[in-house]
Amino acid sequence: MKNIRVCYFAMFREHAGLAEELLPLDVDTTADVFAATRHRHGSSEPLGHCKVAVNDVMADWDSPVNDGDTVLLFPPVAGG
Amino acid sequence: MVRITAEPIDPQLLRETLFDATAGGYTSFEGWVRNHNEGRDVERLEYEAYEPLAISEGEKIIAEANNRFPFVKAAFVHRTGLLEIGECAVWVGVAARHRDEAFKACRYIIDELKVRLPVWKKEHYVDGDSGWVNCERCSRSSGVSMSSAAAAKSSD
Repeated sequence: MKNIRVCYFAMFREHAGLAEELLPLDVDTTADVFAATRHRHGSSEPLGHCKVAVNDVMADWDSPVNDGDTVLLFPPVAGG
Repeated sequence: MVRITAEPIDPQLLRETLFDATAGGYTSFEGWVRNHNEGRDVERLEYEAYEPLAISEGEKIIAEANNRFPFVKAAFVHRTGLLEIGECAVWVGVAARHRDEAFKACRYIIDELKVRLPVWKKEHYVDGDSGWVNCERCSRSSGVSMSSAAAAKSSD
């Protein structure tokens, strides 16, 4: 188990009803975190439509996640 | 310069920040809030950004634009918060020695920021409903995309 701080944004935050939480998770990658928190963000968007960051650095969905990391889950962006 | 702000954008003031004696051309793009989208009447928009990464990703985009289309100065500003119809949601400005680089760099910056910046847009409709743009499947409780990822995980 790793202690991971998970942050939800926009639609994900509204669905989760919270902006962030500290969770003990059995995960290796950012994709694992997305899957493990599905009951929170409620998303069935393809992963390729969403983005992820680890400790304030943009990451990929196969990026490793370590104990103490902060994982930011971004729904599909829509700037401009 | 990249800025994320909850204050109104003033393109005239921003334009002056790009003045340079070596620049012979200036191009700008303003994104405005329009009153409709995909057949629905829009009353206002609400933008949310994750500022630390919006700024770092924005600075990367500007550096990439400068590598491809060398300019003298470039900047963009993106709004957050509630915006009314006609308000400026994003401003991009590029000053370059010649017009070609100014046009191309400006186009590159707006195109990239729309797909890369951690910014989200919620439409508030005239009928009282609201919805996040590009997020049609964000809150369905069932789907296949992640269950297949979870299956891949459990098999290794």
